[in-house]
Amino acid sequence: MYKYDQYDQAMVDARVEEFRDQVRRRLEGHLSEEAFRPLRLMNGLYLQLHAYMLRVAIPYGTLSGAQMRMLGHIADKYDRGYGHFTTRQNIQYNWIKLEEAPDILADLASVEMHAIQTSGNCIRNTTSDQYAGAAADELVDPRPYAELIRQWSTFHPEFSFLPRKFKMAVIASDTDRAAMRLHDIGIQIVRNAAGDLGAAFYVGGGMGRTPMIAPCINSFVPLDQFITYAEACLRVYNRHGRRDNKYKARIKILVHELGKDEYTRQVEAEFAHLLTQNIEPPTAELERIKAQFVDPPFETGLSDEIDRSDPDFALWVDNNTVAHKAPGYAVAVISLKPVGAIPGDASGDQIRVMADLAERYSFDELRVTHAQNIVLPHVRKADLYALWQVLDANGLATANLDQIGDIIACPGLDYCTLANARSIPIAQKISERMAAREQEIGELKLKISGCINACGHHHAGHIGILGVDRKGIENYQLLLGGSEGADCSLGTITGPGFDESGIVDAVERVTNRYLSERQQGERFLDTYRRIGMAPFKEAIYG
Amino acid sequence: MKILTGNDLKSGAVTWWTGVEWSLHVEDAVDVGDNADTVLAREQAARRVTGAYAIDATRDAAGIRPAHIKERIRALGPTVRPDLTLKPADPEAGNWVI
Repeated sequence: MYKYDQYDQAMVDARVEEFRDQVRRRLEGHLSEEAFRPLRLMNGLYLQLHAYMLRVAIPYGTLSGAQMRMLGHIADKYDRGYGHFTTRQNIQYNWIKLEEAPDILADLASVEMHAIQTSGNCIRNTTSDQYAGAAADELVDPRPYAELIRQWSTFHPEFSFLPRKFKMAVIASDTDRAAMRLHDIGIQIVRNAAGDLGAAFYVGGGMGRTPMIAPCINSFVPLDQFITYAEACLRVYNRHGRRDNKYKARIKILVHELGKDEYTRQVEAEFAHLLTQNIEPPTAELERIKAQFVDPPFETGLSDEIDRSDPDFALWVDNNTVAHKAPGYAVAVISLKPVGAIPGDASGDQIRVMADLAERYSFDELRVTHAQNIVLPHVRKADLYALWQVLDANGLATANLDQIGDIIACPGLDYCTLANARSIPIAQKISERMAAREQEIGELKLKISGCINACGHHHAGHIGILGVDRKGIENYQLLLGGSEGADCSLGTITGPGFDESGIVDAVERVTNRYLSERQQGERFLDTYRRIGMAPFKEAIYG
Repeated sequence: MKILTGNDLKSGAVTWWTGVEWSLHVEDAVDVGDNADTVLAREQAARRVTGAYAIDATRDAAGIRPAHIKERIRALGPTVRPDLTLKPADPEAGNWVI
């Protein structure tokens, strides 16, 4: 894992004291709310439906046990005993007091964490593959490149006031587990025919009110030039992005309106210019970062055998563990989606349990997934049963990864000022309705957003749900056929929307039709792509 | 009727204008008629509230009911965490929101 150097720590510590002074001046009346608002947002502090909300950055979703334990401490000391893990691999707290916010940032800084650039029109937390460094199918660990992006983009003076917020993701396998093509810039580390590593740049993707899948604008940028290329992409966007219209300000609109070819031409011209300016970070810096992401000391000669005599444990192994690159190890995924619970929420006690388990069984590492779950990336298979027993005793052993109960849901109208409808109660009702049939249904990714901003990734759900406001009444649109992976696609709206109970019935009817139509080995998405929308519309609307 | 709501500057708690001060309870809210802008300007300048605004509401036998569901959720608390609402002992409190 990356450890702060003196510069990282000094910057974060200085920011804490700067914000402490800003809060003091606000409380004493020396700063108006108008002046203070952008300052608090730059530190991740929003004013939400019930209180201040603090969003804490978790770079590329990677945490140590000590960092995770601190998140539990903050939940208990400053909030109401829980935190909410988000689709940007971050965590947010819903009941923060302004006067305590500087102390929280100081506590975070003590474990090399912060809330910088978790809001505002800047480059947000860079996300990555939650199995990075452990996945059997990755080319290299993508996190050193994500870390270099973090360092380049933090306080970047040219990109602190972009036309709109900006999100980046980095992966290094053909299996996209980070929704890479639904980002402003998605980067895939690839190897060319000569055997060299490079970065494929996908630019102009995103969800929100105008969902788009990013096109590839350059299939191979040498890795010793990839920050320069990213700078060129941002410069063209910063120059031409629509600052006059918030709804057309994201880079996806620029790429669409200019056209991929013209946008690419301008990026390549800027790139050529920037290469003469030598702005790429020194190779030594990337090597310094890489040295902190070396494999942990995996034991050799371990058995891959797992005692499956406990059927509940065997089911969890089948559903919630993933192949690891090291023999005798597995990636263990902790579902934060118990039946009927709030997706992504974890109590302070649960957070501490996960921190302890990471230290005991996973080389002190955890990951937050964009699907709002937690990963222990390096667990000996021989330890899985002991791990599972602790998880089970703490309500963390739900065996439903990527199944219909493993729902992504934004906070929705229960917490968010932007939302038009509640998301969480819909997730809870679907989870409860479908729980008994999850194993029969198999992989089915369901995602719910409470407004068009799509924080719940509804466009990319095999089944997506969008909450809207119909004259003050919550209404829910149903979408089918989305996917965030390498087979990326955007969902299509089925037709007229539903009320709260109607949307749950509609999801059940869609699922029933899938079960009656599926062929051997087909996931829901496969069946949908084979037979199309019509049979599902018939099942829903008659 | 028009009532005023905002958040307490220090704690961020949702508050309602009573005509004298800010209360955590929507049932304490008063109709400000055409005086919303005057009250909002004075109270925000005094830092007793932040992010304040006027909303439509009705009064019936059960008390004051904000017109929009968003404001009713603000008045009660998250419907998915009854224990964190202002009426944790009332399991039916969430029905008021819908």
